[in-house]
Amino acid sequence: MRNPLADKIVEIKPSGIRKFFDIVSEMKDAISLGVGEPDFDTPWHIRDEGIYSLEKGRTFYTSNAGLKELKVEITKYIKRTQDISYDANHEVIVTVGGSEAIDLALRAMINPGEEVLIPQPSYVSYEPCAIMADAVPVIIELKEENEFRLTAQELREAITDKTKILILPFPNNPTGAIMEKSDLEEIAEIIREKDIFVISDEIYAELTYKNKHVSIASIPGMQERTVLINGFSKAYAMTGWRLGYACAPKEIMEQMIKIHQFAIMCAPTTSQYAAVEALRNGDDDVASMRESYNQRRRFLMNAFREMGLECFEPYGAFYVFPCIKEFGMSSDEFAERLLREEKVAVVPGTAFGDCGEGFLRISYAYSLENLKIALDKIQDFITRLRAEKQSV
Amino acid sequence: MREQILAIIEKNSRIDLKELAIILGAEEIDIANELKAMEEEGIICGYHTMIDWEKTSIEKVTALIEVRITPQRGQGYDNIAERIYKYPEVNSVYLISGGYDLMVTLDGKSLKAVSSFVSDKLSTLDGVLSTATHFILKKYKDHGTILTKKYEDTREKVTP
Repeated sequence: MRNPLADKIVEIKPSGIRKFFDIVSEMKDAISLGVGEPDFDTPWHIRDEGIYSLEKGRTFYTSNAGLKELKVEITKYIKRTQDISYDANHEVIVTVGGSEAIDLALRAMINPGEEVLIPQPSYVSYEPCAIMADAVPVIIELKEENEFRLTAQELREAITDKTKILILPFPNNPTGAIMEKSDLEEIAEIIREKDIFVISDEIYAELTYKNKHVSIASIPGMQERTVLINGFSKAYAMTGWRLGYACAPKEIMEQMIKIHQFAIMCAPTTSQYAAVEALRNGDDDVASMRESYNQRRRFLMNAFREMGLECFEPYGAFYVFPCIKEFGMSSDEFAERLLREEKVAVVPGTAFGDCGEGFLRISYAYSLENLKIALDKIQDFITRLRAEKQSV
Repeated sequence: MREQILAIIEKNSRIDLKELAIILGAEEIDIANELKAMEEEGIICGYHTMIDWEKTSIEKVTALIEVRITPQRGQGYDNIAERIYKYPEVNSVYLISGGYDLMVTLDGKSLKAVSSFVSDKLSTLDGVLSTATHFILKKYKDHGTILTKKYEDTREKVTP
């Protein structure tokens, strides 16, 4: 039989998280700090709206780009949070999660061989999506000493005459890093000068704990070269509804809609009706979840300080990214031992890029009670590791 | 700061000072001062425990009683309300807008105890025009806490 497979896909490495997932699922009583989604249920009024839409028999396709009223709510939301105006008819698409929007944007903009800059550590799908779009992924390794922000110098050094797109993943999964307005202004200057485009993945935009999130599209001269991606998963605890969106200049959006139309048809209708409710009446829910995350974030940071575990203070998303280099083992080894010896699951930093080596992603999308139990175990574990190291 | 402290201790009054300070990013001494001040100002009125008596072997009957009364000159409803709330078995007394005047909740040992309270004590008070007693059959949610189900984490254990 002939080889039925596409070489391009076969060559893509499976997600580093997968292997971990397999070990954890064997262990019944493992405590996990490894989850990349909120622990809250979707607020009831949003779920209720989804149920109501089903009761009313709204069980048909929507238009390809999404329900008109949802697109209008999205533009209003972007206007009130970022003061950017988009045309709901031509510059917005509702997608199956933010992940689909990433894929669409890359496929709509890349010609084979063009380079996409991907800062890492970052979400696991950028690199494979770039490869699937026939781009050449170019990794920018972010550094702890810069609090895992992308600096102007790092960007400048990575740009070649083949560079087409920069992916900007902030607030960041897994590091929790954010880019503030002044950081964005510095890199925007280079982006305009070098005439490249930005795919800005702002799925964690609502979860920042210092200043409010600023979108790069709000920097002068950037809206016309930015695909802004956001969604409902993190802000409204709606991961399972699979709903995201992108806003982009008409010229790019037309092509994104074409791919979406032929590959997906439209995002789930029930989810779209629920999302309208989320954007209209969900601000208080977001604020109260943000406050809870912030309390847990402070709790974790304090616990790490007391353990003497080095960790920069993250101001976004719901992750902390402590450094474990002092123990002289790889992230993978550390995470695996922590799991086997203390039954606590965390994700090794390397799942998010090679430069995540020496770090762990710890999620605080858990109740304080849960965090306390897990932290006690982590404390025991590192005390033991330090003792081992002493006795050698 | 007060609002944040209250939001937390309303759900968990047993949280210790140190932890409260950590999660609010504040100094312990400042939190302690705020708590003390709020106690003195009567904002914090107590640190009670929520108990689902259903799950114990102790018999308890809770009733909601609608009370219609004639307000008294110069006193309004306050006098009668006071005569009612002084009974220790009375859990709460609210002045209500709408079809009746006072909403009284009552914990009794038995149906009989509650009914005799209503017929002997409550309806015989001067100014009480009528009462309607509703017995609680099941508590689904109380003080913002759902009593029928426990939170269960059904997420996958590790996700990107």
